[in-house]
Amino acid sequence: MLEITNLSCVRGDKPLIEGLSFDVSEGQLLHITGRNGAGKTTLLRCLCGLSSPAAGQISWLGQNIDTNKDAYHAQMAYVGHLNGHQGELTAVENLDFARALGGAHTEITVTDTLKKLGLYNSRLLPTKFLSQGQQRRLALARLLVQERKLWIMDEPFVALDTESTTLLEGIVSDHIKNGGLAILTSHHALNLTQSRQLNIDRG
Amino acid sequence: MNITKYAAPVVFYPLAGKLIPWFAWATGITLTIGLIMGLFIAPTDYQQGESYRIMFIHVPSAWMSMLVYVVMATAGAVALAWKTRLSEMLATACAPIGASFTLIALITGAIWGKPMWGAYWVWDARLTSELVLLFLYLGFMALQASIDDPRRAARAAAILALVGVINIPIIHFSVEWWNTLHQPASVSKISAPSIHPSMLWPLLINAVGFHLFFATTVLMRMRTEVLIRERHKSWIADIVGVKP
Amino acid sequence: MDKAEQKTGLFSVATALFVRDIRLAARRSTDVFNPLVFFVIVVSLFPLGVGPEPNQLQLMAPGVIWVAALLATMISLDRLFSHDFETGSLEQIVLAPQPLTLIIFAKIAAHWTLTGLPLVILMPLVAMQMNMTTDMIYISFLTLIIGTPILSLIGAIGAALTIGLRGGGVLVSLLVLPLYTPVLIFGAGAISASAQGFSPDAHLSLLGAFLALSLTFAPLAAAAAVRVSLD
Repeated sequence: MLEITNLSCVRGDKPLIEGLSFDVSEGQLLHITGRNGAGKTTLLRCLCGLSSPAAGQISWLGQNIDTNKDAYHAQMAYVGHLNGHQGELTAVENLDFARALGGAHTEITVTDTLKKLGLYNSRLLPTKFLSQGQQRRLALARLLVQERKLWIMDEPFVALDTESTTLLEGIVSDHIKNGGLAILTSHHALNLTQSRQLNIDRG
Repeated sequence: MNITKYAAPVVFYPLAGKLIPWFAWATGITLTIGLIMGLFIAPTDYQQGESYRIMFIHVPSAWMSMLVYVVMATAGAVALAWKTRLSEMLATACAPIGASFTLIALITGAIWGKPMWGAYWVWDARLTSELVLLFLYLGFMALQASIDDPRRAARAAAILALVGVINIPIIHFSVEWWNTLHQPASVSKISAPSIHPSMLWPLLINAVGFHLFFATTVLMRMRTEVLIRERHKSWIADIVGVKP
Repeated sequence: MDKAEQKTGLFSVATALFVRDIRLAARRSTDVFNPLVFFVIVVSLFPLGVGPEPNQLQLMAPGVIWVAALLATMISLDRLFSHDFETGSLEQIVLAPQPLTLIIFAKIAAHWTLTGLPLVILMPLVAMQMNMTTDMIYISFLTLIIGTPILSLIGAIGAALTIGLRGGGVLVSLLVLPLYTPVLIFGAGAISASAQGFSPDAHLSLLGAFLALSLTFAPLAAAAAVRVSLD
């Protein structure tokens, strides 16, 4: 599904990743590891189409993602370092907006998602009053309401407690079982049987 | 011949190095001839006396200030469309040179204005447009200077240059229009059709000299730019003779 | 998804973004009020600086009001993208499967609704301070209603180029103010012309033409700038 051939990424004028190739297909989870500064975030931003690679190809369903970015983005969800919601809006408003941005109608309701992630009781608070962990869970709730095939997650476990970590692992595992794809970076070892590791440290 | 081959910095760097002396000599010779003709041989103007001679600097600078902006915007557009590093560097190299031409045009314009209008600065349409152009150049350079990532800096500045180049004719038109409304009897400095050949020739020779000067300096700046931007590449280390 | 459905989809995305930006501004209302208060203060300072002579004030009024509107819009530009950038919402917006130009257009529309439109409404108040006649106020109203959208549109390009930069506020003014000169000339010119008994139509038409041009190109340029800034 997602094929990366000979990818090179730079930050500034400094090459971080050179000649990287791999692919991820349906029902697979890719765990990207590497030292600090190895370029994990840069790589993920290239994969989701925020940054443009210095060289190489990223193709989704055999087509370069640059040729039809909107079609690619309709099947891809990204959770970055930043949670991506506005502190002045409530959890419900943030998720509603995320869904509206997606454009397509999705099956799962915001209420169900919030219940699943244990945010239902604080759904009407402006999100700036939520704890770090709750805010992170809200960012992950976006993955569920958007219903995309490919999940790209940058350190999704940061700020999550043990319980939430298990919950997220379960969610990712379900996504994979249903034929989804996931790419994530994490310093933790994952409790997921389907995971495949890719180390991007050089030399 | 393969044009794109020369678009690679590794090919450009030595090529530009070979070209620079030629352009530099041509600049020196042309400007010497042009300035001698303009300052000593051309006849004294019957209205303005000797003071008109500053025109031989002022007018070519003003022409170059506009031309360089167009070159800069074109290079920026090419950089945005094809992501060519060399055209990014060209745009970057153009900015300070163009800003200098604009500044020279403004200063010489002010010096020329004193005997003509009795004041260093009057809100003449051309001078006002030049002033706005200087602001546009300063904005371009300020934007580029405040972005750390050189790739992002070059692209952001290229977008700004494109917006600027669409705006320059509008700004120019609006300023002229504003000027005619507010001071209907404004004096046009050179009535182009009636200029005498003995004054026109040094002006044209100087204009050629300014173009050559621009070519020389832009190549020099681009070479520096190549060294800075490609410093992580091994071929730079080979040239400079140190390990990166 | 068929064509018609896709079209309503685009419209609903733009509406959702517009509503969200208005709602956000309502919950951070100082962001909206500060530029307006700034506008009133700047205009009020002029009589203190140049003296309260009514005829002189009336002569200066068009320029003063337009310069104040330019500056007020400029200090409000920071709001356009910076909150979204800091929270990571801007990444999500860029990654939405919709044309970014349309999304940016919705943001600009929200910005104008919260800055340009209130300036138009507030203008008669400061116009009276500057001893403007009713006719002048009417023409000022026309110029501002055509001109302030241009300020938001061109300003968005500057705001997008300076996303996340240190000292972005001052930098934005350096980038944007020179580009505002035609708006200032046509806008203030129309009011002056009508005050001197000439028709302001030519000025207004030119202002309208400039608005049409900015409507076409500014959202495109701003969208490109947002992409570059997030790269």
